[in-house]
Amino acid sequence: MSEPLQNVFWLLLFPGFVFTLIIGLAASWIVRKVSALVQWRVGPPLYQPLVDIIKLTGKEILIPIQAQQTIFIMAPIVGLSSMILLSTLLWRIIIAPSEIFIGDVIVAIYLMIMPSLALILGSSASASPHAAIGAGREMKLVMGYELPMVLAFIVVIIKTGGQLGLASIAGYTPVFSISGFLAFLVSLLAIQAKLGFVPFDIAEAETELGSGVLMEYSGALLALWKIMQAMMLVAFPLFLVIMFLGGFGTTGAQLWAGIGKFVIVLVLVILIKNTNPRVRIDQAMKFFWVYCGLISAIAVALAIIGSLYGISWL
Amino acid sequence: MSWKIWSLKKSPWVFHVNVGACNNCDIEIVNCLTPKFDVERFGIKLVGSPRHADALLVTGVGTRQAAVRLREVYRQTAKPCVVFLIGACPCGTGIFHTGYHVEGPVDKILKDEDPNAIIAYVPGCPPKPEAIISGVVKALSVL
Repeated sequence: MSEPLQNVFWLLLFPGFVFTLIIGLAASWIVRKVSALVQWRVGPPLYQPLVDIIKLTGKEILIPIQAQQTIFIMAPIVGLSSMILLSTLLWRIIIAPSEIFIGDVIVAIYLMIMPSLALILGSSASASPHAAIGAGREMKLVMGYELPMVLAFIVVIIKTGGQLGLASIAGYTPVFSISGFLAFLVSLLAIQAKLGFVPFDIAEAETELGSGVLMEYSGALLALWKIMQAMMLVAFPLFLVIMFLGGFGTTGAQLWAGIGKFVIVLVLVILIKNTNPRVRIDQAMKFFWVYCGLISAIAVALAIIGSLYGISWL
Repeated sequence: MSWKIWSLKKSPWVFHVNVGACNNCDIEIVNCLTPKFDVERFGIKLVGSPRHADALLVTGVGTRQAAVRLREVYRQTAKPCVVFLIGACPCGTGIFHTGYHVEGPVDKILKDEDPNAIIAYVPGCPPKPEAIISGVVKALSVL
């Protein structure tokens, strides 16, 4: 196969779009089913997320008259394509660790912000007061969690001796040290906010803002958002597995261990989702800046001390 | 049966519109989502925006003030959509039949807006959650 064709295949079929979407739909079914079981209900059948998306693609697309049409339509496409890029990048690192480029951690961190930015863009373009409030909240939330999360990733980079390639980071397990564990906790909470799950679903608050940022979207455009969210549910826990838990193998026991780690991160996210109420935006900001920021800073200091004096458990 | 209708039946997302109800039917609708009845088994989900909705659950008699909003909400809903009239009031204005504040039966208001609106009726004051689920199932099976 020629190289451009190979790249298209990677992006659209195997590790990229279709493959990640299938796993993402299964993961979002797990989220709904486990939530149902926690609440002592039966929950939806396995095919439910897929049917939701098929139904949405068949519905009418309504665009508000006052909306900025181009941006309104482009925003979900931008968000989805950045998620396709991110998931292809992460899966390729797992499948072919030798074919990497230096600094893919930084690229991945940038791509992880893109869905939130696309959400802000799309909801600001939709000319709805509810969506405008949602966009403002999402903006504040992004400013809140980005700093502690990047600090937490810096801990990993320090612990691994200044590695900037995800494939080489995947060889270490920083979570088995004090600073690495603190950084893992902080980034788990940041992932929770990135996914828009309770307690940080402030931007999408169903009960007070309708659907907040997604208020004016309908039909196929809403389906694009749902697909993007399903893919986020794969890519973000996978990123944490690569950064903190020693990566994902491709053969035998390594593969099963990788799947186990992925499911552990996913179940932790679901349990946090189901045992907490929604916080207000000021509480979320305070939580991320004061508490998580402090924990991240302590973790960075411990990691630096540990690497200076060669204490691996610090 | 086209794939659009099939998938609509498998995952009807509902939006709740109160056009002057006494809150009794609204409580029974929320009852359907509780663990005992758990309509998420059938893919039914309560959504916050009419743009996302496939079914409108209308409760209440259709007052003059609310009729304007009902028309607006119906226009905002992405088609194809189904309208369920829950309770005696929207089905035939009930005991408020001659009230000064009543614009008319809700189905008439909707037919003014869109003559081809798909409307299903679940009578009762209030209908039990079982009756609401049974009505939704019957309506979706003839769609």
